[in-house]
Amino acid sequence: MRTSFLAREVSGGLRRNFTMTLALIVSVAVSLTLFGTALLMRSQVDRMKGYWYDRIEVSVFLCGPNSLAYTCTGAVTDSQRAAIKAELVSLKPTVQHIYYESTTEAFKRFKEQFKGSSILSQVGPDALPESFRVKLDDPKNFDKIASSLKSMQGVESIQDQRKLLERFFQILKGLQTFALAVAVAMLFVTVLLVMNTVRVAAFARRRETSIMRAVGASNASIRLPFIMEAVTAAVFGAALASASLIAFKYFVIDLRLAPKWTVIAWVTWQEVLVIVPWLFAVGIVTAVLASGVTLRRYLKG
Amino acid sequence: MIRFDHVSKQYKNTNRPALNDIDLTVEQGDFVFLVGSSGSGKSSLLRLLQREEIPTSGTVSVDGIDIGKLANRKVPAFRRTMGIVFQDFRLLPNRTVFDNVAFGMEVIGQSRSEIQQRVPEVLELVGLEEKEKRLPTELSGGEQQRVALARAFVNQPRLLLADEPTGNLDPSTSVGIMKLLDRINRTGTTILMATHDVAIVDQMRKRIVQLDAGRIVRDQERGIYGHTGF
Ligand SMILES: Nc1ncnc2c1ncn2[C@@H]1O[C@H](COP(=O)(O)OP(=O)(O)O)[C@@H](O)[C@H]1O
Ligand SMILES: [Mg+2]
Repeated sequence: MRTSFLAREVSGGLRRNFTMTLALIVSVAVSLTLFGTALLMRSQVDRMKGYWYDRIEVSVFLCGPNSLAYTCTGAVTDSQRAAIKAELVSLKPTVQHIYYESTTEAFKRFKEQFKGSSILSQVGPDALPESFRVKLDDPKNFDKIASSLKSMQGVESIQDQRKLLERFFQILKGLQTFALAVAVAMLFVTVLLVMNTVRVAAFARRRETSIMRAVGASNASIRLPFIMEAVTAAVFGAALASASLIAFKYFVIDLRLAPKWTVIAWVTWQEVLVIVPWLFAVGIVTAVLASGVTLRRYLKG
Repeated sequence: MIRFDHVSKQYKNTNRPALNDIDLTVEQGDFVFLVGSSGSGKSSLLRLLQREEIPTSGTVSVDGIDIGKLANRKVPAFRRTMGIVFQDFRLLPNRTVFDNVAFGMEVIGQSRSEIQQRVPEVLELVGLEEKEKRLPTELSGGEQQRVALARAFVNQPRLLLADEPTGNLDPSTSVGIMKLLDRINRTGTTILMATHDVAIVDQMRKRIVQLDAGRIVRDQERGIYGHTGF
């Protein structure tokens, strides 16, 4: 009897209070969707970081005939090039792979990257400098090799790709913090809404609760129907939020973005699905705490 | 069974105690009328017994237990030992007669089979076995109060508290409710009933405890209300 009695109380309460319940569900859904989005962005950034940092290289550009750097006196000579290479080799294991790219190879790669672009006509085969492309054990070790190479004769400049990416990731991180802040604000609104809904429900049913108290119902069993109502609304809200995230992953990421932007590592299904239980947990815990606190105040024991 | 020992009750923000130095003993099986004009403290006395309120001073004990000191979490179990009837019936408007009575059992976790067996018995006792599917709005006042009585009695409490149970009923209907209370009393249930219905009190010839401005001014076996000139 206990569960069917409770189920009847809960569904009756929800129906009687339909508009409030709907508002509650929508509010929970919106705040949890934002919360889920923030979590998803974090996974996306982590994934991109992992992907790009794995491929990050340091380019050591060598002097060309017209280089202006103080370490350059015309194009790099064979002995300078050999000395630079020897220095790089001595920096192992910080330096993991060394790959030499000549002017012609650089031009070939450039042509491939900008296929069909008008920029090609402005760049001659000799315009691109030769370079050592170096892979580090950890991209953070850039400074170590930069300090030992930057004053060597024949080195024009040293470029850290990580710096470029870092800016990009900072922007993503800012967006993610913003989404999280909005999610927290929305969650706060949700808490207020839960409190208000429960307060109204407790007032509307003060007759029932006074009768329950008179016949000796325990505090827990008087409060449980109200708490379960809030929890039911939260579960519906969390389900909607999960559905939106899953729909976003399928319709936006998988069907539209991923085919176009193949170089970007997109969040996986596993990373999306791992968020779902969190949405339910946050929704349910919020509902239980907010309604519990309210009932403690408005239903005297 | 019930003992009030120098009990006073003063509500917050009032300058006069609602109950003033009450001493009262009620034995198991007694039928006691609490009489007195409006505001004399009858409801307050009953609320102290339900542990809805706690005395400002003195002790209220039931079966030797000081209920003012009862821990909050033990109050529900304590209330299950008593039945309570109100002047305004307090039925759930959207539940049938059967469900209203069953509510008293559901709330304390009785099984469905117990409910199916016990509720018809009690409805028969109060003479409503034909009307178990009706809603409270489809019943007369007297019938509604019978449902409330059935709910109060369904768990067979040892003590039944009734606060002006006939206050909203006409005299002939009231007589029916009183007969029912008398029957319940004869099963051994102690009854405390607050009322200012002179006719009923005089007819029943039970113990009368009269309150005036929070003090007991009369405690008489087999009394008649009229004696002090009300
Ligand atoms: N909850 C309350 N708060 C403040 N004063 C109250 C409260 N309940 C009753 N009183 C006061 O206590 C006195 C006794 O009231 P009550 O016990 O209801 O008397 P009766 O039931 O005999 O009419 C009255 O003066 C009343 O105004
Ligand atoms: Mg009263």
